Amino acid sequence: MKNLISMRDLTKEEILHLMETASKIEAGKIVPDMTRKVAALLFFEPSTRTMFSFDTAMKRMNGQTIIMSGTKNTSAKKGETFADTLETIAQYADIIIMRSPTEGAARYASEVVDVPVVNAGDGANQHPTQALLDLYSIIKTQGSLENLKIGLAGDLRFGRTVHSLAQAMAVFGAEFKFISPSFLEMPQYIKDDLDEMGIKYEECDDVEGNIDDLDILYVTRIQRERFADPEDYEKVKGSYILRKNMLTNVKENFKVMHPLPRVDEIHTDVDDTEFAYYFPQAKNGVYTREAIIHLLLGGK
Amino acid sequence: MRQIKVNAIKNGTVIDHIPAGKVLRVIDLLTITGKNVVMMGMNLSSGKIGKKDILKIENRALSDDEVNSVALIAPQASLIIIKDFEVIKKEALQIPTYIEKNVVCPNVKCISNEEEISSKFKINVDKEPIARCVYCEKKYKLTEIRVKI
Ligand SMILES: [Zn+2]
Repeated sequence: MKNLISMRDLTKEEILHLMETASKIEAGKIVPDMTRKVAALLFFEPSTRTMFSFDTAMKRMNGQTIIMSGTKNTSAKKGETFADTLETIAQYADIIIMRSPTEGAARYASEVVDVPVVNAGDGANQHPTQALLDLYSIIKTQGSLENLKIGLAGDLRFGRTVHSLAQAMAVFGAEFKFISPSFLEMPQYIKDDLDEMGIKYEECDDVEGNIDDLDILYVTRIQRERFADPEDYEKVKGSYILRKNMLTNVKENFKVMHPLPRVDEIHTDVDDTEFAYYFPQAKNGVYTREAIIHLLLGGK
Repeated sequence: MRQIKVNAIKNGTVIDHIPAGKVLRVIDLLTITGKNVVMMGMNLSSGKIGKKDILKIENRALSDDEVNSVALIAPQASLIIIKDFEVIKKEALQIPTYIEKNVVCPNVKCISNEEEISSKFKINVDKEPIARCVYCEKKYKLTEIRVKI
């Protein structure tokens, strides 16, 4: 693995190896040493959480970070090309971790520079480290990634996270339940991919009554701004809020995940149940990102 | 009749069976200098595709990238190489499985448009050809991809 740009580039074996590495790092069986190594965090679009997660990962391995945060045009104003900016940063840093609103920016960066590039989100396209930390959270709680039943709830149309997760879990033979308002349903191109792979899914529009057969419920936020009429939002919003009283008949191994930040789609009364897993999930993100950096910088 | 026309140049390239009306796009695509003798026909009848266009360029061979670009615009066309008035090669154009020159991704948010670099597409030619942009990873029908001139 030379770069991490898209989940599409990873084989099942590479994914599992990464999971195993994250697990060993978490258990202290691998202690990567990034002394004198520098990671450049180029965030051309703000995302404090993702940036902190990478920053923490690098620092836990005794590495250093340099951070550029702001809009893409900071250097372009002076007339420097994006390629020159990247090439210059690559002279300072051992690895470039990049987030951009522009789709394909990380792929392009990986063509320009010789140091490894990690895609920390490129517009509506990919966010592979999020997908991998989600997979790590699933394998940790379920013991395996094979043949699970996964519910995806909320904004399935615009949610890049749920697209990547669906695609990644399909490789492991998952079955899906898509829970969303009809106009925020899973895009056809994802469903086409699933059909082609022979993956089963059903679509419904209410969280309640649809979670008892699930191993994982992955909740995402529905943004009010997606609705043309705010009243429509108020009408449907209740159907996508998970509450403690819905959890009486769920499976023992059931876990609720969320990429965070949460607003009100998971009621806080779920937080102290054994099913809440969104905060540990964020912690898993650090181990997963440590593993990614470790493997990209030559670790085994 | 058609045979005579094809052989009417001494050395060069003939692109036959271009869908009617598309020959001007093909000419735009190929950098043709003042030196080349160029003959073109539009709306000729053809048993194969109804009406067709044809283009003959003297003393000019096409690069692989040019052939790929022409194949995107006119996938049914055939490419004929002429030497000493003889047809030495005739082949149906193949839709390329990969193209990286002179193509524009339809996605305005794609880095290939922001940086003014050529996009790159991997094309799945199994069934109805679908091209996926190497950068933004979006999928397109071939007719949606603009070929840059
Ligand atoms: Zn593109």
